[in-house]
Amino acid sequence: MASSDGVAIEVRGLWKIFGHRADRVLGSPDAALDPAALRARTGCVAAVRDVSFSVRPGEVFVVMGLSGSGKSTLVRCLTRLIEPTAGEISIAGEDVCAASPARLRDLRRHRVSMVFQHFGLLPHRKVVDNVAYGLEVQGVPRARRHERAREILTLVGLDGHAEARPDQLSGGMRQRVGLARALAADPDVLLLDEPFSALDPLIRRDMQAEVVRLHREVGKTMLFITHDLAEALKLGERIAIMRAGAIVQLGTAEELVGAPADEYVADFVRDVPRSEVLSLRWICRSPGGDERLDGPALPARTIIRDAVPAALESDAPIRVVEDDELLGVVDRRDILASLAGAGS
Amino acid sequence: MTTSQASPAPPAQAAPGAPPGSAGSAGSAGSASSAGLPRWALPLAGAAVAVAAYVAFRGTATLPHDDDAAPFQLVNDLRAWVDANRNRSPLFLFFVNYVRLFVGGLYDVFHLVLSLPGWAGLTGVAAGLGWLTGGRRIGLTAALGFGSFGVLGLWEASVATLALVLTAVLLSLLIGLPLGVWAGRSPRLRRLLAPVLDVMQIMPTFAYLAPMVLFFQIGPASAAVATMIYSIPPAIRITALAIEQVSASAVEASTSLGATRWQTLRKVQLPMARATIGLAVNQTIMMALSMVVIAALIAAPGLGSDIIRGLTRANVGLMLPAGVAIVVMAVVLDRITMSAATRAPYETAGRTRWIVAGALAVGGVALGRALPAEFPQEWVLRFAGPVNEAVAWAKFSWYGFTDAVRNLTTEALLNPLQSVLTGSPWWLVSAVVLAVAWRTGGPRPAAVAVGCLLATAPLGLWQHTMETLTTVLVAVALTLIAGLLLGIAAARSPRFAAVQRPLLDAAQTMPAFVYLLPALALFGATRFTAIFASVIYAIPPVVRLVEDGIRNVSPAAVEAALSCGSTDRQLLWKVRLPLARRAILLAANQGIVMTLAMVVVGGLVGAGGLGYDVVSGFSQRSDFGMGFAAGVATVLLGIMLDRITQGADERNSTPGSNRMTTRKKRIA
Repeated sequence: MASSDGVAIEVRGLWKIFGHRADRVLGSPDAALDPAALRARTGCVAAVRDVSFSVRPGEVFVVMGLSGSGKSTLVRCLTRLIEPTAGEISIAGEDVCAASPARLRDLRRHRVSMVFQHFGLLPHRKVVDNVAYGLEVQGVPRARRHERAREILTLVGLDGHAEARPDQLSGGMRQRVGLARALAADPDVLLLDEPFSALDPLIRRDMQAEVVRLHREVGKTMLFITHDLAEALKLGERIAIMRAGAIVQLGTAEELVGAPADEYVADFVRDVPRSEVLSLRWICRSPGGDERLDGPALPARTIIRDAVPAALESDAPIRVVEDDELLGVVDRRDILASLAGAGS
Repeated sequence: MTTSQASPAPPAQAAPGAPPGSAGSAGSAGSASSAGLPRWALPLAGAAVAVAAYVAFRGTATLPHDDDAAPFQLVNDLRAWVDANRNRSPLFLFFVNYVRLFVGGLYDVFHLVLSLPGWAGLTGVAAGLGWLTGGRRIGLTAALGFGSFGVLGLWEASVATLALVLTAVLLSLLIGLPLGVWAGRSPRLRRLLAPVLDVMQIMPTFAYLAPMVLFFQIGPASAAVATMIYSIPPAIRITALAIEQVSASAVEASTSLGATRWQTLRKVQLPMARATIGLAVNQTIMMALSMVVIAALIAAPGLGSDIIRGLTRANVGLMLPAGVAIVVMAVVLDRITMSAATRAPYETAGRTRWIVAGALAVGGVALGRALPAEFPQEWVLRFAGPVNEAVAWAKFSWYGFTDAVRNLTTEALLNPLQSVLTGSPWWLVSAVVLAVAWRTGGPRPAAVAVGCLLATAPLGLWQHTMETLTTVLVAVALTLIAGLLLGIAAARSPRFAAVQRPLLDAAQTMPAFVYLLPALALFGATRFTAIFASVIYAIPPVVRLVEDGIRNVSPAAVEAALSCGSTDRQLLWKVRLPLARRAILLAANQGIVMTLAMVVVGGLVGAGGLGYDVVSGFSQRSDFGMGFAAGVATVLLGIMLDRITQGADERNSTPGSNRMTTRKKRIA
């Protein structure tokens, strides 16, 4: 699954500019203009601007941004559903931009699958035929692809719905079909484009749990697009925040909340309960001269909230350690302050 | 007009020092109001100038009609040349003659296949087909319908008509469906085709005929080609729309799974577009049915010849059976194709249905073998005599009423308007057209409209164009008044709508010239007959568009108006009608195009003008040139009227989609 250099998706300097003279904008000073000015000057819209990132095999990588930030365009560029204007993309070592149509189809059939916001199911086919569609276009014989489709339906919890029609299912079940379809070809990478945005909040929570479970069970590399910060923090090992086509910050949930790169990100993460995202590393301080150093030791990556029981049991401050080295201490007051949401 | 109505900048608020024209996009009306003039001042002034010019220049610069104008002679010479070189010129030898042979051969094959099983066999097959697609009800409809052809004494003619329709439809679909699919996937081709299809759809039926004669002579082959050209636009347009409408996310999903373009087309786009493509087939058949009758003018075999003969001789008894047979055929084919198209996407006919359908077909054919091929004469109902008596009686006893209506319209509307139009200098008429089109559609449509109008002058048909225009204007006025009233009534009263809707549905399934029948029976062969027929013909779509437009006004806006305490009347005038404006303008556009088509056909029953020229072009060889030119002139007139009223159609939406939608609505 992993390529030789241990990177599942590698994107370098990716641009997508919509408009008649897109390639002329690139490389000219216009490319640095902000979107409104660019549009007024050239009539072009830069949806993705100089984006670079890499995703490790098995990682859940989240791209988060508001609508119009270019995240959906970005994910479509990865398999060239939208032709990128410039940049390099490699998926599992394969140079996507240089691929011939046949190689590209091969990539889409076997390596990368996509899940869509509006499901994109085929209403004239039974659920099992929807799930088997990807295998069907590969030319897999009917009996084999149906067998595989039923396995996958069991995996996503749709046992017994194989013969139903998509319009007989609820929204959450439809997206399970979408997930199953993407998983059926056993791809290395799953691209999920706002898969749960069209669902009710309760169902959305179930489906998020489902993704966590599937990720644990099948271990696919996932690139997850969302406009919902809570969803991003919940699912993403690393998160890229996009604004106006560019990535403004890329990091773990902790890094985004603890050290926002700019006002925009800070504004975004303002309402996130810090004690549930940040670890002790962010609030520990060097011990005062009169403080006891015989309290319980906790690793630095412990989430603040999880340190509460230890703090309750011990009168002495908690020692925060990393690789057997003392980083600092945290006492009850520090923990309470961060639980109450006081800024640092 | 849009902007001036949407933001009628009250004069009081316009700053006195504001430079004229500062209203910007508001156009001429807007700048007039910003200068302190009311909105109606400019049109009124324009009208006053036009009237003054008419009074001053009446009778000058008119272009009276001449039967031997140079363009007519030119076309006559062309025909003589074509006739002389039909078997010499390579264009004919290697292309046109082969098309003629192929299409003619196709017709012969269809005719033979349909004739072979005999009347009982064909009826059985039709019933089986109906049963298969729509169950017992459609099967019974098909059986009764086909049986009635025999009872009407028109079995042979009906089979010939059916063969002609099938030939034309097959050719239309063979070309139209692939082209439509291609257009559905390629926006570029769609843009390229849209104006061509637009013009094809506003072309009155008559205009197709003369060129066909020139190339393919008269007979089934040229009739089939004319019918094909007439019925191909819906095949292309609706198919393209069907493919285009397929959910983009399903197509994207298919691509993302590595499907080739062909796989996506076959497994996603075509299956998901199936119902709408069925609609395209249905519309193609309906168009073909109305055209094959008119194609009888160029010697198409079948029911049309009876109808044309009846029309030209004002003999209702002669054409009534053929008219009924055509309507029945339209209903049967409509029901069968519609039930095939609207079946749920994944439902397939059950086994019992197949068995019943097969049994019906086989039984019918077996019966056809046993029975004589000829439909039994003793079962034929002959009612030409009684019908003619009834018509005579109706004419006689309602004479007071029908005569009064006819004379009132003729004396009060037709004659004065016609003398104004034919008596005005050509430049004045053109100027008025330019002004009106500019105001409704802007500079480009105005230029096209005037160009088309002026082009009729060098054709030598200015005066006849004015005569036809007169008839169209009167008919359109009556159509719009009646259509608006009925549409508003239906939108306001669900009960009225429930009664009216099936009538409209039925009316829209019928081929156009059927409406000439009652008109002819009541009013004889006069100009008013054509007006009456075209009003009946054009009312259904107008009513429907108006009703839908008013009904579809956003419920939120209606609720808001109600919560402000509007009365019913205020709600209608201040909210519903203004918000439905686009639909109403579209209704006007549709009404005008349909009216023109019918008025031209009315040339058969004494409407005079261009339609009469076309008809006489087919009956007298020496008039062929004039008929040909008149066909061209009707097209020009159609484009002109369409451009004038197109303001609603093109400015606010994707071009060309509306006409499609209306056609689709017909059956939806």
